[in-house]
Amino acid sequence: MTQANPLLSRVAESVYWMARYIERAENVARFIDVNHNLTLDLPHGDHDQWQPIVDTTGDRDVFLKRFGHATRESVIQFLAFDAENPNSIHSCVLAARENARSVREIISSEMWQQINTLYLLITSESRRATPSSLPDFCYSVRMACHLFQGITDVTMSHNEPWHFMRLGRKLERADKTTRLLDVKYFILLPSVADVGTPYDDIQWTAVLKSVGGFEMYRKCFGRISPDRIVEFLLLDGQFPRALRYCIGVADQSLHAITRTHRGGFSCDSEQRMGLLRSEIDFTQVDSILAGGLHEFFDALQLKMNTIDECIRGDFFARQALAAGAA
Amino acid sequence: MQFSSYQTEGFYDEMFADDGRCRPHVQLVLDVIQSLSDGQLLRYKHAADRLLLQLGITFNVYGDTAGAERIFPFDLIPRIVPADEWDRIERGLKQRVHALNAFIDDIYHDQKILKDGAIPAGVVTSAVSYRPQCHGLNPPWRVWCHVTGTDLVRDRDGVYYVLEDNLRVPSGVSYVLENREVLKRIFPRVFEGLSVRPVNEYTGRLLEMLESIAPRPNGAPRVVVLTPGIYNSAYFEHSFLAQQMGVQLVEGRDLEVAGGDVFMRTTKGPERVDVIYRRVDDDFLDPEAFRADSVLGVPGLMAAYRAGRVALANAPGNGIADDKVIYAYVPDMIRYYEGAEPILPNVPTYLCWRDADRKYVLEHLHQLVVKSANESGGYGMLVGPHSTRQEQEEFALKIQDDPRNFIAQPTLALSRVPTIVDDHFEGRHVDLRPYVLCGKEIYVLPGGLTRVAMRRGSLVVNSSQGGGSKDTWVLAPSEEPQNGGQQQQS
Repeated sequence: MTQANPLLSRVAESVYWMARYIERAENVARFIDVNHNLTLDLPHGDHDQWQPIVDTTGDRDVFLKRFGHATRESVIQFLAFDAENPNSIHSCVLAARENARSVREIISSEMWQQINTLYLLITSESRRATPSSLPDFCYSVRMACHLFQGITDVTMSHNEPWHFMRLGRKLERADKTTRLLDVKYFILLPSVADVGTPYDDIQWTAVLKSVGGFEMYRKCFGRISPDRIVEFLLLDGQFPRALRYCIGVADQSLHAITRTHRGGFSCDSEQRMGLLRSEIDFTQVDSILAGGLHEFFDALQLKMNTIDECIRGDFFARQALAAGAA
Repeated sequence: MQFSSYQTEGFYDEMFADDGRCRPHVQLVLDVIQSLSDGQLLRYKHAADRLLLQLGITFNVYGDTAGAERIFPFDLIPRIVPADEWDRIERGLKQRVHALNAFIDDIYHDQKILKDGAIPAGVVTSAVSYRPQCHGLNPPWRVWCHVTGTDLVRDRDGVYYVLEDNLRVPSGVSYVLENREVLKRIFPRVFEGLSVRPVNEYTGRLLEMLESIAPRPNGAPRVVVLTPGIYNSAYFEHSFLAQQMGVQLVEGRDLEVAGGDVFMRTTKGPERVDVIYRRVDDDFLDPEAFRADSVLGVPGLMAAYRAGRVALANAPGNGIADDKVIYAYVPDMIRYYEGAEPILPNVPTYLCWRDADRKYVLEHLHQLVVKSANESGGYGMLVGPHSTRQEQEEFALKIQDDPRNFIAQPTLALSRVPTIVDDHFEGRHVDLRPYVLCGKEIYVLPGGLTRVAMRRGSLVVNSSQGGGSKDTWVLAPSEEPQNGGQQQQS
């Protein structure tokens, strides 16, 4: 990074959120797709599969208030196209584009074009009277998001705004992986009777597929086992959607932004991030399970929220300058 | 697509003479277009529309909530200006911008032109855009109009007239650059055999000019573009210019005045700013100096400017010469400051504050174009021949209520250029907005924005009123003597 090009706080905040929204849209599209696929494998009439998906995005209360009961149609409408739901794919893409529009001179033209292409895809789909095939739609959204990441990596200098984007993306990804695991583990674990049945395996496979991790898990652990899946999605250092990997990369970007040596810290966000990173680096899955997985997730949510607030305070907040500048 | 059934219908056509023969300088382009296979031009047109949408080259329309962004319709047939015509335009614009700068500087200093009676003083002090706060200011090189986008039109006789000066925050230059890029990408063959002067040096020239007005001559000055934000109709352009110049695009909330200097807020703390290319109107620039309710502005900015700590382009207060009543006096300014006759004439203008003019205007509303002195973008205007009885009566009341605020001009038969309409060509009325940069020297971009009234018969070319645009080619002077039968216009 060159000193010559300082980054506006407003711009840093916009690229951070732009990246988060794209990541969120991609995750929601994958959750819907995998769940749809899963319901086709389950015994007929098993409709309870859709509510948990809403729970993983953290919008349970809003959803129940508006739709009452989770059906395939209502959940897809709510998560994919609903303009009133700020976390729907539709809203995320609009918000990402709105942020991109305000930083168009910072990102590359190719990135802008791609985000615009994604936007046109979503708006034309929202206008359709009869939706096109759901798997096709989810696939297009995922690929458009992947393409955006790829374009970002090869057309934009890996400068300060790029690191803010990566920071946002990794924190969002860590959040989504852990929420999914939290919801699914809670639902799937009580059905001890099912352990070892084909349905149990199908359900756990779906968890892995929801974060695109089924094949990579197989290479690591082979057999489907809940504890190993928890270990893989939380503590794997190489799988790009695992909590530990995400936090590690987010920590790197934070240090690239402040140019503080890793292992030390120069601001609140670095300190909090460093604490979380070392905790995850040096823990074991057995001790997490012994303390209760749900308790672990609650504590984790709190820590991640604090990190987010610290980032806002350290880089985005518009403090009065008069003292510093005069 | 062929031109065989194309009609000029008595208007001045940029491509065809009255006898239906094409003008010599467009022959090559015409040959290329006519050689295309059936449907090819329409395929190019669709490809261009898709590209514009994908590139997100859009503008916002005020008061239109359904889909706030639209693409600016782009017609593939270029508007072509031969070298000798352009030479006259360029000299005329330089003369005009020079005189306008001298006028504004005079108004905010000794007001000699008013004392000598060349322009009535009341006309100046009654202008809404007159800024007493700007008295005594001395911008570098005494330049107040750094970026100008003069509107030119041609009447039935083919003569170029100045319609408006657009001195405050003229927009549209990004479309000039993007239209050229799109045409080169979609339809490269049309350029073959001609030497069209390039337009892409504009942003480099703009940056050079902005750096040249920096308050501290040493070191690398920090230049920024100040935008009202993403909901402004010209936001795309603000962002495009910042990107092409490699400078920061800032909003008012990104800036703060501290210790007399202007700073922008960054992730590493405050950074001093030297030159602001502001695309925010005077009124919203600084709530302490102008409108107190402005949330777009930067408190204390005018004080920093007045103290010479930061440069602003365009200079606040220059809107005085953009007033449509003052416009009528620009030929007098040119005579007064330049001691010469205007190279580019004004459109004849009736000033409603004069009793005789007002009487004439009120009696001929159905024939005239009436404009309010301070609006732009096609708002607040009456096109007489296309208006209803009721609209005329409403305007008559407005004029009687506030005569100073209205001018009227004859309805010009704007020149036309062949334009793709469905699957054939029809003539559509156009204007031309060239861009002039003024620092130590004056530079005129060889090209400009040709705006097209896309609706049949319409004379309103503004993008906010459904206008489109064309690529505008200025031909380089040819090195060999040209063919005999060339027709000389204007």
